[in-house]
Amino acid sequence: MNDQASIPLTVDLKAEYEASGVADILNELENELVGLQPVKQRLREIAALLIVERARKSMGLSHEPPTLHMSFTGNPGTGKTTLALRMANILHRLGYIRKGHLVSVTRDDLVGQYIGHTAPKTKDVLKRAMGGVLFIDEAYYLYRPDNERDYGQEAIEILLQVMENNREDLVVILAGYADRMEMFFQSNPGFRSRIAHHIDFPDYGNEELLTISETMLAKQNYHFNAEARAIMASYIDKRRQQPHFANARSIRNALDRARLRQANRLFSSSNGPLDAEALSTIAAEDIAASRVFSGGIDSKTS
Amino acid sequence: MRITQGCFSFLPDLTDEQISAQLEYCLKNEWAIGIEYTDDPHPRNTYWDMWGLPMFDLKDAKGAMMELDECRKAHSESYIRINAFDSTRGFETVRMSFIVNRPSKEAHYVMTRTDVRGRTQSYSWQKAD
Repeated sequence: MNDQASIPLTVDLKAEYEASGVADILNELENELVGLQPVKQRLREIAALLIVERARKSMGLSHEPPTLHMSFTGNPGTGKTTLALRMANILHRLGYIRKGHLVSVTRDDLVGQYIGHTAPKTKDVLKRAMGGVLFIDEAYYLYRPDNERDYGQEAIEILLQVMENNREDLVVILAGYADRMEMFFQSNPGFRSRIAHHIDFPDYGNEELLTISETMLAKQNYHFNAEARAIMASYIDKRRQQPHFANARSIRNALDRARLRQANRLFSSSNGPLDAEALSTIAAEDIAASRVFSGGIDSKTS
Repeated sequence: MRITQGCFSFLPDLTDEQISAQLEYCLKNEWAIGIEYTDDPHPRNTYWDMWGLPMFDLKDAKGAMMELDECRKAHSESYIRINAFDSTRGFETVRMSFIVNRPSKEAHYVMTRTDVRGRTQSYSWQKAD
Protein backbone atom coordinates (compact mmCIF):
# COMPACT_ATOMS: atom_id res chain seq x y z
CA MET A 1 0.00 0.00 0.00
CA ASN A 2 0.93 3.64 -0.35
CA ASP A 3 0.21 4.35 3.29
CA GLN A 4 3.86 4.11 4.21
CA ALA A 5 4.86 6.56 1.53
CA SER A 6 2.35 9.22 2.61
CA ILE A 7 3.74 9.47 6.13
CA PRO A 8 6.30 12.26 6.28
CA LEU A 9 9.70 11.38 7.69
CA THR A 10 10.30 14.69 9.39
CA VAL A 11 8.08 17.41 10.72
CA ASP A 12 8.92 21.07 10.79
CA LEU A 13 7.37 22.25 14.04
CA LYS A 14 8.17 25.86 13.23
CA ALA A 15 6.22 25.63 9.98
CA GLU A 16 3.36 23.85 11.72
CA TYR A 17 3.32 26.60 14.32
CA GLU A 18 3.18 29.32 11.69
CA ALA A 19 0.53 27.55 9.67
CA SER A 20 -1.77 26.81 12.57
CA GLY A 21 -2.29 30.48 13.44
CA VAL A 22 -1.44 29.73 17.05
CA ALA A 23 1.10 32.55 17.07
CA ASP A 24 -1.66 35.06 16.30
CA ILE A 25 -3.81 33.73 19.10
CA LEU A 26 -1.03 33.94 21.64
CA ASN A 27 0.01 37.42 20.54
CA GLU A 28 -3.56 38.60 20.72
CA LEU A 29 -3.81 37.26 24.24
CA GLU A 30 -0.54 38.88 25.18
CA ASN A 31 -1.70 42.25 23.93
CA GLU A 32 -5.25 42.25 25.19
CA LEU A 33 -4.83 40.81 28.66
CA VAL A 34 -2.63 42.63 31.13
CA GLY A 35 -0.42 40.61 33.47
CA LEU A 36 -1.49 37.02 34.22
CA GLN A 37 1.93 35.59 33.34
CA PRO A 38 1.37 32.07 34.79
CA VAL A 39 -1.87 31.80 32.85
CA LYS A 40 -0.29 32.82 29.58
CA GLN A 41 2.61 30.48 30.21
CA ARG A 42 0.21 27.57 30.66
CA LEU A 43 -1.65 28.50 27.49
CA ARG A 44 1.62 28.51 25.56
CA GLU A 45 2.34 25.03 26.86
CA ILE A 46 -1.10 23.78 25.88
CA ALA A 47 -0.70 25.26 22.42
CA ALA A 48 2.70 23.59 22.05
CA LEU A 49 1.24 20.27 23.14
CA LEU A 50 -1.55 20.50 20.62
CA ILE A 51 0.88 21.22 17.80
CA VAL A 52 3.15 18.35 18.79
CA GLU A 53 0.13 16.06 19.03
CA ARG A 54 -0.88 17.06 15.54
CA ALA A 55 2.62 16.38 14.26
CA ARG A 56 2.67 12.98 15.96
CA LYS A 57 -0.64 12.16 14.39
CA SER A 58 0.63 13.05 10.93
CA MET A 59 3.59 10.69 11.42
CA GLY A 60 1.34 7.88 12.50
CA LEU A 61 2.57 7.81 16.08
CA SER A 62 0.10 6.83 18.70
CA HIS A 63 -1.71 9.76 20.15
CA GLU A 64 -4.37 10.17 22.72
CA PRO A 65 -6.48 13.26 23.01
CA PRO A 66 -4.99 15.32 25.82
CA THR A 67 -7.17 16.16 28.80
CA LEU A 68 -7.85 19.85 28.80
CA HIS A 69 -10.25 20.21 31.70
CA MET A 70 -9.14 23.18 33.75
CA SER A 71 -9.68 24.78 37.05
CA PHE A 72 -9.21 28.51 37.47
CA THR A 73 -8.59 29.70 40.99
CA GLY A 74 -7.80 33.14 42.23
CA ASN A 75 -9.01 36.14 44.15
CA PRO A 76 -12.03 38.16 43.05
CA GLY A 77 -11.55 40.22 39.94
CA THR A 78 -8.40 38.51 38.66
CA GLY A 79 -9.87 37.72 35.25
CA LYS A 80 -11.04 34.12 35.67
CA THR A 81 -14.36 34.58 33.95
CA THR A 82 -12.89 36.86 31.30
CA LEU A 83 -10.30 34.28 30.36
CA ALA A 84 -12.80 31.41 30.39
CA LEU A 85 -14.91 33.30 27.88
CA ARG A 86 -11.89 33.54 25.62
CA MET A 87 -10.77 29.99 26.23
CA ALA A 88 -13.59 28.59 24.10
CA ASN A 89 -12.47 30.71 21.19
CA ILE A 90 -8.81 29.86 21.71
CA LEU A 91 -9.35 26.11 21.95
CA HIS A 92 -11.56 26.20 18.90
CA ARG A 93 -8.91 27.98 16.89
CA LEU A 94 -6.29 25.55 18.11
CA GLY A 95 -8.51 22.86 16.64
CA TYR A 96 -9.15 21.13 19.88
CA ILE A 97 -12.90 21.59 20.22
CA ARG A 98 -15.25 21.35 17.29
CA LYS A 99 -17.66 24.25 17.76
CA GLY A 100 -16.10 26.80 20.07
CA HIS A 101 -19.18 27.93 21.93
CA LEU A 102 -19.25 28.50 25.64
CA VAL A 103 -21.98 27.31 27.96
CA SER A 104 -21.73 29.17 31.24
CA VAL A 105 -23.58 27.63 34.16
CA THR A 106 -23.79 27.83 37.92
CA ARG A 107 -25.24 25.47 40.50
CA ASP A 108 -28.83 26.43 39.63
CA ASP A 109 -28.47 25.13 36.08
CA LEU A 110 -27.12 21.75 37.11
CA VAL A 111 -28.83 20.81 40.33
CA GLY A 112 -32.53 20.09 40.51
CA GLN A 113 -35.02 20.82 43.23
CA TYR A 114 -36.40 17.38 43.89
CA ILE A 115 -35.39 13.74 43.52
CA GLY A 116 -34.89 12.72 39.91
CA HIS A 117 -34.71 16.28 38.67
CA THR A 118 -30.95 16.66 38.77
CA ALA A 119 -29.80 14.04 36.28
CA PRO A 120 -31.90 15.23 33.31
CA LYS A 121 -30.99 18.81 34.10
CA THR A 122 -27.27 18.12 34.21
CA LYS A 123 -27.42 15.94 31.11
CA ASP A 124 -29.28 18.65 29.26
CA VAL A 125 -26.56 21.16 30.04
CA LEU A 126 -23.88 18.66 29.00
CA LYS A 127 -25.64 17.98 25.71
CA ARG A 128 -25.74 21.67 25.00
CA ALA A 129 -22.05 22.03 25.84
CA MET A 130 -20.90 19.22 23.55
CA GLY A 131 -18.32 20.44 21.06
CA GLY A 132 -17.57 23.48 23.18
CA VAL A 133 -16.59 24.60 26.64
CA LEU A 134 -18.66 24.11 29.77
CA PHE A 135 -17.83 26.83 32.25
CA ILE A 136 -18.95 26.22 35.82
CA ASP A 137 -18.59 29.41 37.79
CA GLU A 138 -18.22 29.12 41.56
CA ALA A 139 -18.07 25.37 41.23
CA TYR A 140 -17.75 24.80 44.98
CA TYR A 141 -21.46 25.50 45.41
CA LEU A 142 -22.09 22.17 43.73
CA TYR A 143 -21.01 20.43 46.88
CA ARG A 144 -22.70 21.28 50.16
CA PRO A 145 -21.02 19.33 52.92
CA ASP A 146 -23.54 20.47 55.52
CA ASN A 147 -26.44 18.72 53.77
CA GLU A 148 -25.79 15.09 53.02
CA ARG A 149 -28.99 14.74 51.01
CA ASP A 150 -28.03 17.58 48.74
CA TYR A 151 -28.57 16.77 45.06
CA GLY A 152 -25.29 18.44 44.11
CA GLN A 153 -23.48 15.14 44.58
CA GLU A 154 -25.56 13.59 41.81
CA ALA A 155 -24.62 16.38 39.42
CA ILE A 156 -20.96 15.93 40.35
CA GLU A 157 -21.09 12.21 39.56
CA ILE A 158 -22.60 12.78 36.13
CA LEU A 159 -20.08 15.50 35.42
CA LEU A 160 -17.15 13.29 36.38
CA GLN A 161 -18.40 10.51 34.15
CA VAL A 162 -18.76 12.75 31.11
CA MET A 163 -15.43 14.46 31.79
CA GLU A 164 -13.80 11.05 31.65
CA ASN A 165 -15.68 9.49 28.73
CA ASN A 166 -16.14 12.46 26.44
CA ARG A 167 -12.75 14.07 26.74
CA GLU A 168 -12.56 14.87 23.04
CA ASP A 169 -16.07 16.28 22.94
CA LEU A 170 -15.99 18.98 25.55
CA VAL A 171 -13.73 20.89 27.88
CA VAL A 172 -14.93 21.62 31.40
CA ILE A 173 -13.59 24.70 33.16
CA LEU A 174 -14.26 25.18 36.85
CA ALA A 175 -13.72 28.56 38.42
CA GLY A 176 -13.81 29.88 41.92
CA TYR A 177 -11.98 31.49 44.79
CA ALA A 178 -8.83 29.63 45.72
CA ASP A 179 -9.56 28.60 49.31
CA ARG A 180 -13.07 27.37 48.66
CA MET A 181 -12.03 25.48 45.53
CA GLU A 182 -9.36 23.79 47.60
CA MET A 183 -12.02 22.57 50.03
CA PHE A 184 -14.16 21.46 47.12
CA PHE A 185 -11.33 19.37 45.65
CA GLN A 186 -10.54 17.88 49.01
CA SER A 187 -14.04 16.55 49.40
CA ASN A 188 -14.19 15.43 45.75
CA PRO A 189 -10.80 13.88 44.98
CA GLY A 190 -12.14 12.51 41.70
CA PHE A 191 -12.42 16.03 40.41
CA ARG A 192 -8.87 16.97 41.16
CA SER A 193 -7.40 14.03 39.32
CA ARG A 194 -9.57 14.50 36.27
CA ILE A 195 -8.50 18.09 35.85
CA ALA A 196 -5.16 18.37 34.14
CA HIS A 197 -4.64 22.07 34.44
CA HIS A 198 -4.93 23.85 37.75
CA ILE A 199 -4.27 27.45 36.94
CA ASP A 200 -3.85 29.97 39.69
CA PHE A 201 -4.61 33.58 38.87
CA PRO A 202 -2.26 35.93 40.73
CA ASP A 203 -3.36 39.32 42.04
CA TYR A 204 -2.58 42.24 39.79
CA GLY A 205 0.24 44.61 40.65
CA ASN A 206 -0.41 48.34 40.97
CA GLU A 207 1.17 49.09 37.61
CA GLU A 208 -0.94 46.42 35.95
CA LEU A 209 -4.13 47.76 37.49
CA LEU A 210 -3.29 51.22 36.20
CA THR A 211 -2.81 49.82 32.71
CA ILE A 212 -6.09 47.94 33.05
CA SER A 213 -7.90 51.09 34.10
CA GLU A 214 -6.59 52.92 31.06
CA THR A 215 -7.64 50.08 28.76
CA MET A 216 -11.10 50.02 30.31
CA LEU A 217 -11.49 53.75 29.77
CA ALA A 218 -10.16 53.56 26.23
CA LYS A 219 -12.80 50.95 25.41
CA GLN A 220 -15.49 53.45 26.40
CA ASN A 221 -13.75 56.33 24.62
CA TYR A 222 -12.61 58.04 27.77
CA HIS A 223 -9.09 58.90 28.90
CA PHE A 224 -7.25 60.30 31.91
CA ASN A 225 -5.46 63.58 31.82
CA ALA A 226 -1.96 63.63 33.33
CA GLU A 227 -2.96 64.52 36.93
CA ALA A 228 -5.85 62.07 36.86
CA ARG A 229 -3.50 59.29 35.91
CA ALA A 230 -1.23 60.12 38.83
CA ILE A 231 -4.09 60.28 41.28
CA MET A 232 -5.51 57.01 39.93
CA ALA A 233 -2.16 55.39 40.76
CA SER A 234 -2.41 56.53 44.34
CA TYR A 235 -6.09 55.53 44.41
CA ILE A 236 -5.12 51.98 43.48
CA ASP A 237 -2.43 51.95 46.14
CA LYS A 238 -4.88 53.14 48.83
CA ARG A 239 -7.78 51.00 47.69
CA ARG A 240 -5.63 47.90 47.99
CA GLN A 241 -5.19 48.48 51.73
CA GLN A 242 -8.92 48.62 52.31
CA PRO A 243 -11.34 45.73 52.75
CA HIS A 244 -13.24 44.05 49.90
CA PHE A 245 -10.56 44.82 47.36
CA ALA A 246 -11.47 42.92 44.21
CA ASN A 247 -8.65 43.71 41.78
CA ALA A 248 -9.91 44.66 38.34
CA ARG A 249 -13.52 44.65 39.48
CA SER A 250 -12.79 47.38 42.05
CA ILE A 251 -11.13 49.36 39.33
CA ARG A 252 -14.11 48.99 37.06
CA ASN A 253 -16.44 50.20 39.79
CA ALA A 254 -14.15 53.12 40.60
CA LEU A 255 -14.14 54.15 36.96
CA ASP A 256 -17.91 53.90 36.75
CA ARG A 257 -18.18 56.28 39.71
CA ALA A 258 -15.56 58.58 38.20
CA ARG A 259 -17.67 58.80 35.06
CA LEU A 260 -20.68 59.75 37.17
CA ARG A 261 -18.71 62.51 38.84
CA GLN A 262 -17.32 63.69 35.54
CA ALA A 263 -20.83 63.94 34.10
CA ASN A 264 -21.99 65.83 37.15
CA ARG A 265 -18.98 68.17 37.00
CA LEU A 266 -19.56 68.95 33.33
CA PHE A 267 -23.22 69.56 34.02
CA SER A 268 -22.74 71.94 36.90
CA SER A 269 -19.69 73.81 35.61
CA SER A 270 -20.28 74.16 31.90
CA ASN A 271 -21.57 77.40 30.51
CA GLY A 272 -20.95 77.05 26.83
CA PRO A 273 -20.41 74.43 24.16
CA LEU A 274 -18.22 71.46 25.10
CA ASP A 275 -15.96 69.64 22.68
CA ALA A 276 -15.39 65.91 22.46
CA GLU A 277 -12.14 66.28 24.34
CA ALA A 278 -13.90 67.72 27.39
CA LEU A 279 -16.58 65.03 27.23
CA SER A 280 -14.10 62.21 27.25
CA THR A 281 -11.52 63.43 29.74
CA ILE A 282 -11.54 62.14 33.31
CA ALA A 283 -9.94 64.86 35.44
CA ALA A 284 -8.09 64.51 38.74
CA GLU A 285 -11.02 65.83 40.80
CA ASP A 286 -13.33 63.10 39.46
CA ILE A 287 -11.18 60.50 41.16
CA ALA A 288 -10.01 62.57 44.12
CA ALA A 289 -13.62 62.90 45.32
CA SER A 290 -13.67 59.17 46.04
CA ARG A 291 -14.25 58.15 49.65
CA VAL A 292 -11.18 55.94 49.39
CA PHE A 293 -9.23 59.17 50.01
CA SER A 294 -11.48 60.26 52.87
CA GLY A 295 -11.27 57.49 55.40
CA GLY A 296 -12.07 54.40 53.44
CA ILE A 297 -14.76 52.38 51.78
CA ASP A 298 -16.50 51.51 55.04
CA SER A 299 -16.80 55.06 56.35
CA LYS A 300 -20.38 56.26 56.31
CA THR A 301 -19.46 59.93 56.06
CA SER A 302 -18.80 60.21 52.35
CA MET B 1 -39.59 -6.89 5.03
CA ARG B 2 -37.51 -3.77 5.10
CA ILE B 3 -39.52 -0.78 6.21
CA THR B 4 -38.86 2.21 3.97
CA GLN B 5 -39.89 5.50 5.52
CA GLY B 6 -38.30 8.92 5.50
CA CYS B 7 -34.93 9.76 4.00
CA PHE B 8 -32.19 7.26 3.17
CA SER B 9 -34.42 4.24 3.75
CA PHE B 10 -33.50 2.63 0.44
CA LEU B 11 -29.83 2.88 1.34
CA PRO B 12 -28.01 0.49 3.64
CA ASP B 13 -28.41 1.45 7.31
CA LEU B 14 -26.44 4.55 8.22
CA THR B 15 -23.41 4.12 10.43
CA ASP B 16 -23.08 6.27 13.54
CA GLU B 17 -20.56 8.40 11.72
CA GLN B 18 -23.00 9.01 8.90
CA ILE B 19 -25.79 9.77 11.35
CA SER B 20 -23.51 12.30 13.05
CA ALA B 21 -22.80 13.93 9.72
CA GLN B 22 -26.53 14.19 8.96
CA LEU B 23 -27.12 15.67 12.40
CA GLU B 24 -24.38 18.21 11.79
CA TYR B 25 -26.17 19.19 8.60
CA CYS B 26 -29.43 19.65 10.53
CA LEU B 27 -27.74 21.72 13.22
CA LYS B 28 -26.02 23.85 10.60
CA ASN B 29 -29.49 24.73 9.35
CA GLU B 30 -30.56 25.48 12.92
CA TRP B 31 -33.13 22.71 12.99
CA ALA B 32 -34.14 21.16 16.29
CA ILE B 33 -33.59 17.44 16.64
CA GLY B 34 -36.09 15.01 18.06
CA ILE B 35 -35.75 11.28 18.66
CA GLU B 36 -38.80 9.01 18.43
CA TYR B 37 -39.33 5.27 18.67
CA THR B 38 -42.11 2.82 18.02
CA ASP B 39 -42.84 -0.88 17.70
CA ASP B 40 -45.56 -0.22 15.15
CA PRO B 41 -44.00 1.11 11.94
CA HIS B 42 -47.28 0.99 10.00
CA PRO B 43 -47.21 3.91 7.53
CA ARG B 44 -50.49 5.24 8.95
CA ASN B 45 -49.05 5.31 12.45
CA THR B 46 -47.75 8.88 12.54
CA TYR B 47 -47.61 9.03 16.31
CA TRP B 48 -44.33 7.57 17.44
CA ASP B 49 -43.29 7.82 21.09
CA MET B 50 -41.01 10.71 21.86
CA TRP B 51 -37.67 9.99 23.49
CA GLY B 52 -37.47 13.08 25.62
CA LEU B 53 -38.23 16.50 24.23
CA PRO B 54 -36.79 17.69 20.95
CA MET B 55 -33.41 19.31 21.49
CA PHE B 56 -33.60 22.95 20.57
CA ASP B 57 -30.29 24.36 21.73
CA LEU B 58 -27.68 21.89 20.57
CA LYS B 59 -24.48 23.06 18.92
CA ASP B 60 -22.86 19.72 18.23
CA ALA B 61 -24.16 16.38 16.95
CA LYS B 62 -22.56 14.59 19.86
CA GLY B 63 -25.31 15.80 22.18
CA ALA B 64 -27.99 14.15 20.06
CA MET B 65 -25.86 11.03 19.59
CA MET B 66 -25.69 10.63 23.36
CA GLU B 67 -29.48 10.64 23.52
CA LEU B 68 -29.66 8.23 20.61
CA ASP B 69 -27.34 5.82 22.40
CA GLU B 70 -29.54 5.99 25.48
CA CYS B 71 -32.62 5.37 23.39
CA ARG B 72 -31.00 2.42 21.62
CA LYS B 73 -30.07 0.95 24.96
CA ALA B 74 -33.64 1.15 26.17
CA HIS B 75 -35.40 0.24 22.91
CA SER B 76 -32.97 -1.82 20.87
CA GLU B 77 -35.81 -3.88 19.37
CA SER B 78 -37.81 -0.86 18.21
CA TYR B 79 -37.73 1.41 15.25
CA ILE B 80 -36.02 4.67 16.13
CA ARG B 81 -36.11 7.70 13.91
CA ILE B 82 -34.59 11.14 14.05
CA ASN B 83 -36.70 14.13 13.08
CA ALA B 84 -35.32 17.56 12.31
CA PHE B 85 -37.69 20.46 12.92
CA ASP B 86 -37.49 23.74 11.11
CA SER B 87 -39.02 26.77 12.84
CA THR B 88 -38.52 29.28 10.02
CA ARG B 89 -42.26 29.72 9.48
CA GLY B 90 -43.03 30.25 13.14
CA PHE B 91 -44.03 26.70 13.85
CA GLU B 92 -42.00 23.53 13.94
CA THR B 93 -42.10 21.68 10.63
CA VAL B 94 -40.41 18.35 10.03
CA ARG B 95 -37.79 18.96 7.39
CA MET B 96 -36.01 15.68 7.60
CA SER B 97 -36.78 12.33 9.13
CA PHE B 98 -34.80 9.14 8.94
CA ILE B 99 -34.71 5.75 10.60
CA VAL B 100 -31.62 5.06 12.67
CA ASN B 101 -32.49 1.80 14.36
CA ARG B 102 -34.41 -1.30 13.27
CA PRO B 103 -35.37 -4.42 15.21
CA SER B 104 -33.44 -7.56 14.34
CA LYS B 105 -36.59 -9.06 12.85
CA GLU B 106 -38.56 -6.49 10.95
CA ALA B 107 -42.33 -6.39 10.72
CA HIS B 108 -43.99 -7.84 7.65
CA TYR B 109 -47.00 -6.20 6.02
CA VAL B 110 -49.46 -7.62 3.54
CA MET B 111 -51.86 -5.64 1.41
CA THR B 112 -55.53 -6.51 1.29
CA ARG B 113 -57.84 -5.35 -1.49
CA THR B 114 -61.49 -5.00 -0.58
CA ASP B 115 -64.30 -4.49 -3.05
CA VAL B 116 -66.45 -1.66 -1.82
CA ARG B 117 -69.07 -0.50 -4.29
CA GLY B 118 -69.22 -1.02 -8.00
CA ARG B 119 -65.67 -1.54 -9.17
CA THR B 120 -64.19 0.58 -6.37
CA GLN B 121 -61.52 -1.05 -4.29
CA SER B 122 -60.01 0.01 -0.99
CA TYR B 123 -56.54 -0.97 0.07
CA SER B 124 -55.26 -1.65 3.52
CA TRP B 125 -52.06 -2.99 4.99
CA GLN B 126 -51.98 -5.50 7.79
CA LYS B 127 -49.14 -6.69 9.88
CA ALA B 128 -48.38 -10.35 9.21
CA ASP B 129 -45.85 -12.72 10.69
